[in-house]
Amino acid sequence: MIGVISYLVFFATTASILAIAVLGLNLQWGNTGLFNGGVVAFFGAGAYATLILGGTPQAGHLGGFELFYPLALLGGMAAAGLLAWIVGLLTLRLRHDYLAIATFGVAVAFENLMRNAEWLAGGAKGVRGFERPLREALGDGFLYNLLFFAVVLVILIATYLFLERLVASPFGRLLRAIREDEEAAQSLGKNPTKIRLTAFVTGSVILGLAGGLYGTFYAFVSPQDVLPTLTFQIWAMLIVGGAGNNRGAIFGAFLIWGAWTASGWALSRFAPVEAQLYTGSVQFILIGSVIVGMLMWRPQGLLPEKLVVSQRGKTPLVKQGV
Amino acid sequence: MIQNLIDGVLTGSYISLGAIGLTLVMHILRFANFSHAELLSLGAYVALVFDALVSALVPVFAVKIAPLSLTWALSAAILISMVITAISALLIDRLVFKRVREKGQELSMVFASFGMALIIRNVIGLIFGLSPELYSKDIAFAMILSRDPLILVKPDQIFVLVAALVLMFLLHLVLSRTTFGYSLRAVAENPSLAQVNGVNLSRTIMAVWLIGGGLAAVAGVFYGLSHQLIPVMGRDLVLPIFAATIVGGIGSVYGAVLGGFIVGIAGNLALVILPSGYTPSVPFLLIIFVLMIRPNGLFGEARA
Repeated sequence: MIGVISYLVFFATTASILAIAVLGLNLQWGNTGLFNGGVVAFFGAGAYATLILGGTPQAGHLGGFELFYPLALLGGMAAAGLLAWIVGLLTLRLRHDYLAIATFGVAVAFENLMRNAEWLAGGAKGVRGFERPLREALGDGFLYNLLFFAVVLVILIATYLFLERLVASPFGRLLRAIREDEEAAQSLGKNPTKIRLTAFVTGSVILGLAGGLYGTFYAFVSPQDVLPTLTFQIWAMLIVGGAGNNRGAIFGAFLIWGAWTASGWALSRFAPVEAQLYTGSVQFILIGSVIVGMLMWRPQGLLPEKLVVSQRGKTPLVKQGV
Repeated sequence: MIQNLIDGVLTGSYISLGAIGLTLVMHILRFANFSHAELLSLGAYVALVFDALVSALVPVFAVKIAPLSLTWALSAAILISMVITAISALLIDRLVFKRVREKGQELSMVFASFGMALIIRNVIGLIFGLSPELYSKDIAFAMILSRDPLILVKPDQIFVLVAALVLMFLLHLVLSRTTFGYSLRAVAENPSLAQVNGVNLSRTIMAVWLIGGGLAAVAGVFYGLSHQLIPVMGRDLVLPIFAATIVGGIGSVYGAVLGGFIVGIAGNLALVILPSGYTPSVPFLLIIFVLMIRPNGLFGEARA
């Protein structure tokens, strides 16, 4: 019984961390219409920076600043934001394809750099020597995982509330205005490039937060964690959940992560041994089909965005019976 | 250094061929097609199948065209693969992209293309297995052009370069001398106005996919001749061909050709100063560099 519960806690922790990432992506794509093809780079920047800033000294690579944990996590978020700011500055003025290609390129280059630069982050071996916060007081057992889950859940709820407030605020209205009609927004004296950049950086900081939590959870990060697979998974979560809807984003994260875990388990359990090598391929085909299928048949997702009318005009005189 | 330059030109020839189709699609259909590189893999694997099939059916064709490692069977297979890949590109558009286009917006298309890339890549992996394949198991001997500095060129590489240049020249004739070429440009500039003037939009889109798919097949086989075939080769090719389109300017065929050679040469020259592990990052650095100094590429026009 405790086995099942501890597995559920493990599952829910991972799904909640991913849900935070999906929320970050939702701000970029769902609310602002920005295509981020390199989700994993910003997620990875958060994970790597958190572990490097908060870890113990390691021979051979950068690290060992042993910062107070919340500061390290903030550092991770800042690293993701900085990366997004540089990429955004270069690409957000141009047509949207450029952002898609450049962010995809960032992810390729980030993984490539982490894999090769041993002096920076341990290369293929990854970043080690990170002590999970409060481990000495709580130990490594179930209690720790349960508390960690509680913290992640609180952060998820806080992120959700923050984004809901943001989206309902004048700034959120501005994001939707730019997404729907850039020229109209411009004619009202708004600066679309600047606002897009703000949204892109904010979303990436949230992605970095999710990455930092992910790195903390495993107390380890390596180039294997920043493969494009994660980008596809996070997209599938948002597409299935419903772009533009924060609740949909969280729902999609749990649903897709559940389906991914379950399909992996089923394939490893029921597929013949000689086919085991190909379970990855089958899972990728499934996730590709989910993305394409949703876009073809239900592009608005399972929980579609509720379009808000910010300010209703007065009822037309005709209807009032005048 | 000179060796790197020569290798770069040869790498550039298949990147250019891949980039031509991509830049046309991005220009006419206005979306970044991340599944274009999978057409290269598809073409390469289709050629592999027909190479084996033709060699088995007509053993006479299984001889090499000296001094190349290319056989007559593979040459025939390339032509068959061009046709099949072109039709596949069209079918993928009909089955998937067209429907997404009608339902959603440009961003949905980009996502759909990523999804398609995942599907095609892994279906190829399921069918052909994950281990690498080769067209010819014989070792291709390089010709020594010069001993000091040592410069080596394989006959296959020269063939690849010449064939790529011939194809590009043919395409140039089509684009600059035929009514079809004009209608293509018209559609790219203003789809509605082109239609008013009697250009058949859906037929033009069809033609773009057929050209893109056919050239992608050749590019895929040429990649296979100089490397090896692996199901995930599209993953390694997607960024170089995108970089070529951005360097050349999205929508410009000549830009894509030049951009392809620049990407190929830059990647090989980078080996002089960077460890080879960093090669996959070079196209990205090139993209960033171009966006900083000339955001619309060498031949591109600003377009919202």
